[in-house]
Amino acid sequence: MRKQRPSITLNILVLVGALMMVFPFLWAFVTSISPGAGLSATPQLIPENPSLSAYAELLQRLPFAQIVLNSLILAILTTVFQLVTSSLAAYVFSRMPFKGRNAVFAVYLATMMIPMQVLVVPLFVEMKSLGLIDTYLGVLLPGIASAFGVFLLRQAMNSVPQDLDQAATLDGAGHFRIFGLIVLPLVRPALATLTVFAFLNSWNSFLWPLIILRTPAMKTLPVALAGLQGQYTTQWDIVMAGSVVSVLPMLALYIFTQKYIIQGVAGTGLK
Amino acid sequence: MTALQDSRSGNPGPTATMKRYRGPGIQRKATGPRLKYGLTVAAFLIPSALPLLFFTIIPMFSAFWISLNQWNLVGPMKWVGLGNYGKLIGDPGTQGAFLHTVYYIVGYLPLVYIGGLAIALALNSRIKGRSMMRGLYFLPVVTSWIVVALVWRWLLNPSTGIVNWLLGLIGVTGPGWWTDPAWSMPSIIVASAWKDLGFVMVILLAGLQAIPEDLYEAATVDGAGRWRRLFSITLPMLSPSTFFVIVLSLINGFQVFDQVYAMTGGGPNNSSQVVVQQIYDLTFRYGRAGEASALSWLLFLFILVITLIQVRGQKKWVHYA
Repeated sequence: MRKQRPSITLNILVLVGALMMVFPFLWAFVTSISPGAGLSATPQLIPENPSLSAYAELLQRLPFAQIVLNSLILAILTTVFQLVTSSLAAYVFSRMPFKGRNAVFAVYLATMMIPMQVLVVPLFVEMKSLGLIDTYLGVLLPGIASAFGVFLLRQAMNSVPQDLDQAATLDGAGHFRIFGLIVLPLVRPALATLTVFAFLNSWNSFLWPLIILRTPAMKTLPVALAGLQGQYTTQWDIVMAGSVVSVLPMLALYIFTQKYIIQGVAGTGLK
Repeated sequence: MTALQDSRSGNPGPTATMKRYRGPGIQRKATGPRLKYGLTVAAFLIPSALPLLFFTIIPMFSAFWISLNQWNLVGPMKWVGLGNYGKLIGDPGTQGAFLHTVYYIVGYLPLVYIGGLAIALALNSRIKGRSMMRGLYFLPVVTSWIVVALVWRWLLNPSTGIVNWLLGLIGVTGPGWWTDPAWSMPSIIVASAWKDLGFVMVILLAGLQAIPEDLYEAATVDGAGRWRRLFSITLPMLSPSTFFVIVLSLINGFQVFDQVYAMTGGGPNNSSQVVVQQIYDLTFRYGRAGEASALSWLLFLFILVITLIQVRGQKKWVHYA
């Protein structure tokens, strides 16, 4: 099957399919530079009078730079926290046996099955009693640990041969040094995968920030975008300009990390 | 570090003699170091254990507690036992939300699986620009649901959207899409399938690449045609990946929310109201937190049972190599 060279028709079909995946992004961009798009007619693929006025208006009506910054800082902090907390826990589950460790690991895994929706009401109440409604800390806290991250890194650490630790022990190294100097550098690909996943998840997360953030200037990109649509129901050029702005950083990250993302996803299915 | 490098480059000495080596703490088993070992374990675990405890495990149980009460988020709680559950099961709004969620899954899953499989099969051949194509198909996966929803709302705009414009070119009057109760769910399904196609494709492609080549060669020698090989080799060998896709799609499908919220908000006329949107509305629009928590627990149990049924049923059709 794989030996045959695929026919021209197949090549064309795959290409057409790929264009269908890309076209909506392209169309969003074209719309964003067509002033007054969607008011009376479908915009043209090549706009007659392209203009960046929608972007200017977006910046004027929304603290857009601030919102992008909010999303960025939250995503970076979430990622850093998840990398630290997950790798530390993964090291224990891979290298430091103790009584009841399997049970503790099972509890970690079980938390992966609990959907965010179940937690929303009590988390909201919890944050309210802590006075964290409408604060960045309130958005951040529920995401600083990730059972998925622990699982991913434990798998990776298990495949690092133990004789390295052993030699280090003979040299007098403790667990902190083995963790930092030997194990972590050897699981870099898994750390990269977790970095990308954590960043993407935070960047795109919607339900929790929607619930906990109130002040317009504190909102994250997805929340602000969803609100944008309510305000400018018919001004599609503005709504699409907002979409383009929120896709661009993602796109940049994606181009450079594609390999890790796709490997990470492919790996999850092959367990 | 030099000693480490030595052992890495093959100094079999200590490795061979200490086969049951399990880490520095265990090895020195005196009482002092033992306490130190315990403290080290704690220091490594606490940064993740505390957040999971406070922001996942405890809220999980308090959600159950809230579900046994009538509560508007601010006033005092009123104990109603399992009353909320009974009320929800008889409530047409909730039944509708479950029905629409099932409608979503029934429409979405075949579309995304068959589409993803077709692309994976095509990309598994020696096609031109394979990794480029793979990257393009995967692009929507990394985009946020909100952007996907907004862009598709625009593509499917009944009056000035490009889809209806294209349909107009071939003489078809396009439907009202998300403004029409009959078409609101299909609109959401199309947008969602478009976003997730690349994800399913990558999972299936990884599965396809793990199928040994000689199986196909043997089958070809035996005179099996293209379709015969697809149904007798590819699909059975791919069943673990298929199983994974189905389990994951059902779990995510029952939790569908972001794209519904941004595309239709559950409308028009509640025609696309799904379970999570219902939980959100109950809590933050109607102040019925008890019922919302009960509904979220019902949803969780529902997903759990469906997943367990699939795990049990997999013996019948999933072949692990």
